[in-house]
Amino acid sequence: MKKFSSLLHNLILTPSRNTKIKLLQDYFKILDINRAYALAILSDQLSFQFIKASKLRELVYKQVDQHLFDYSYDYVGDLAETISLIWPTNKEGKSQNLSTLIENIKKIKKSEINTEFSKVLSELSNNERWTLIKICTGGLRIGVSERLVKTALADLYNKSVNEIEEIWHGLEFPYENLFQWLKNEKSKPKIDFKKLFHPMMLANPIDEEKDFKRLDANEFQAEYKWDGIRVQLMVSSNSVSLYSRTGDNISSAFPEIIETTKGEAVIDGELLVGGNFKPSGFNDLQQRLNRKKASKDLQKKFPVFIRAYDILFYKEKDLRKLSLVERRKYLEKFQKENTTNQIDLSAIINFSTWEELTTYKNNFYDDLNEGVMIKLKNSEYLPGRKKGYWYKWKKNPKLVDAILMYAQRGHGKRSSYYSDFTFGVWKEKELVPIGKAYSGYTDKELLVLDKFIRNNTTNKFGPVREVKKEIILEVAFDDVFPSTRHKSGVAMRFPRIHRIRWDKPINEVLSIKEFKKEFKID
Amino acid sequence: MDFINHQLFIKDINVHIDPILPKKIAIITHGHADHARFGHDHVIATRQTIDIMKIRYGDKCAKKFTPLRYGQKYSIKNYDFTLYPAGHILGSAQVLIEKNNHRLVITGDYKVGKDETCKNFKLVKCDTLITEATFGLPIFQHPDPKDEIQKLIRSVKINKNNCHIVGAYALGKAQRVMNLLRQQKYNETIYIHGSLEKLCQYYSKEKINIGKFEKVSSKDKNFYEGKIIIAPPSALKDRWSRRFPNPIICMASGWMTVKQRAKQQGIELPLVISDHSDWNELLDTIKKSKAKNILITHGQEDALVYYCKKQNLVSKPLSIQGRNDEEIE
Repeated sequence: MKKFSSLLHNLILTPSRNTKIKLLQDYFKILDINRAYALAILSDQLSFQFIKASKLRELVYKQVDQHLFDYSYDYVGDLAETISLIWPTNKEGKSQNLSTLIENIKKIKKSEINTEFSKVLSELSNNERWTLIKICTGGLRIGVSERLVKTALADLYNKSVNEIEEIWHGLEFPYENLFQWLKNEKSKPKIDFKKLFHPMMLANPIDEEKDFKRLDANEFQAEYKWDGIRVQLMVSSNSVSLYSRTGDNISSAFPEIIETTKGEAVIDGELLVGGNFKPSGFNDLQQRLNRKKASKDLQKKFPVFIRAYDILFYKEKDLRKLSLVERRKYLEKFQKENTTNQIDLSAIINFSTWEELTTYKNNFYDDLNEGVMIKLKNSEYLPGRKKGYWYKWKKNPKLVDAILMYAQRGHGKRSSYYSDFTFGVWKEKELVPIGKAYSGYTDKELLVLDKFIRNNTTNKFGPVREVKKEIILEVAFDDVFPSTRHKSGVAMRFPRIHRIRWDKPINEVLSIKEFKKEFKID
Repeated sequence: MDFINHQLFIKDINVHIDPILPKKIAIITHGHADHARFGHDHVIATRQTIDIMKIRYGDKCAKKFTPLRYGQKYSIKNYDFTLYPAGHILGSAQVLIEKNNHRLVITGDYKVGKDETCKNFKLVKCDTLITEATFGLPIFQHPDPKDEIQKLIRSVKINKNNCHIVGAYALGKAQRVMNLLRQQKYNETIYIHGSLEKLCQYYSKEKINIGKFEKVSSKDKNFYEGKIIIAPPSALKDRWSRRFPNPIICMASGWMTVKQRAKQQGIELPLVISDHSDWNELLDTIKKSKAKNILITHGQEDALVYYCKKQNLVSKPLSIQGRNDEEIE
């Protein structure tokens, strides 16, 4: 555990990619059960069901005064780090290795978690405690991608990183077959590729100024960018399963798709809500997300379908090395042979110049798509966000000017700055908050805002500072919906700070009535 | 205690403690720039603090100086002033003010832990305590500085082709890091940023063991491989630091407790070495002072005020202008 936690500590503090690789390689020189756990942790595949952030808070409140903890958490901005620092230091127990520690924790019964897990925390050093909590809550955020770990392993054991990538999703803890292959003791693990989740091909945002000059419109095709969730559908003669973009199996939440799909293929598409292949907004889709099961009622009220973009396997054939145009032929064939009410095809937009495509990007179906996807006709199906093949071109965001009302310290790397901003519009003579944003500004703008907040605080509510009402933020957002949960009656989707409007006086900001009218909310 | 206001000003006799702007009579707790300023008429402080002020601002930085020994009483009308060691940096002092049997202590910046570079903190019992709260949160529990300095020594041994640049405040922290290195038997020459030279010379003259040091000069780049260089934090991001071979950026500060802070500042090797009291030391000092009235100055005052109130002590924050959190030395 000591070695692994100091690895994480060093990784988080190292800005250089090469040093990170070197640190990882030093650690993975030995391939044993501890390294297997480490690999599972670094690729976010290990989770403890019943030790969640809320549980950890409950445990720490038993050790430390709640207010003192809250003050500290507000300052640090990272739950794992706050708990690890504030936890009363006991005499350190004997150092355990990573695998023993995790196995012991897995053995803890749910009913004994409070005492037993607290005991474990007390026996660890600060840094080990931090590591363990990070492991429990998942999402390490230490600036190391799964890809970097694979690269480090590949370089260290003279393999190609693509080979590791290819078999990755077919591997399972404790990775014996992988380790043996790396050490040249056995041949490359055999994986049934059709049953495997395949990392999806992702797009890069287009740079309107550079890319359109550089790229030849004739080499590309375009499709609409739908605002649902990206899925991979695996269909075989005896089973159908549905995976999210991150490789989570979400089949049980969408029984109508699992029950009706026929054929034999691996399909890439967008899951949308709507009847007769007419997508309704993302708000409706949310009614179906994050549920383990869907009742008949829910299925009826919010029916789902898949708009297919691509096909990776057709029967026994691996299509991934074919061109997009070739794959499309297979996709159409699959669709014809297995027509259902749950799958349709993403339409292809015909265009011959980039100007022509602009009109499609901005106008099509008004709110229901997010823009267009631009795909190289020649592109193979490549996992990850490779440059030069697929681009996304989002619609211009909606914009509104609002007044900065409250601010709070950010989390993670922005934790010493007031970087979470609540902004509002007028309701008669008062302001009513319409949203909260913590991104979009430049580093310079953040410094200016942070300074303004420190010097112009008029009131403090715990960690929240109310500020003088004089800064106007131009807020960009993807969409806005009616909401009964907020005082203003509206909820924004992905609001971010577009710029600071130094030029505008606060009495020119819209009222909530005008805001609702402008964005068509009843 | 109502003879002193929230700006640490005693109107009755026109005396300020650590004023930011030029004043008639100023009692100075220590030489850091957010406490000791240029241009007062009359400065009252320890001899070492006065020396440091003269080094930093010139011999004429005040019209008149009155050096006080620790424990020596100085009276203005019916107010008696005595300075006691604060253990923060060389010359640092707490100020005891006695008036009509009321004892008020202003700690200034202080630390309770051992430090060879200055006289160690002395607890002074009082009725009213005005304490600092730089690290006034329970997450701050400073480790043994010897273990921290060992991290640096180990890293120097392992990374032979790198040089280590340690960010440390020019006054106090830099010399403490040098002294800690010497305590741990690091006997190589330590290289320093030019802005540290005069203060290091002064510490040496005052018989503080900081060992052999030399100003960084434009030698062959590779000369600094395997060396330790000490520089003020502002120089770490400056072009100045780019002249060195594969530098590993270190920082000696209590703020380094929080990994995310270290990361934000681009620090690769954080060393938690503080010249301020940590949470437990603050609480301990409040308790042992027997004061019933606790005023809390710059830092993370909210949590400490909350704690004191829970202990049935009268407590409130003092907001002193010009001292914002995290910018203080």
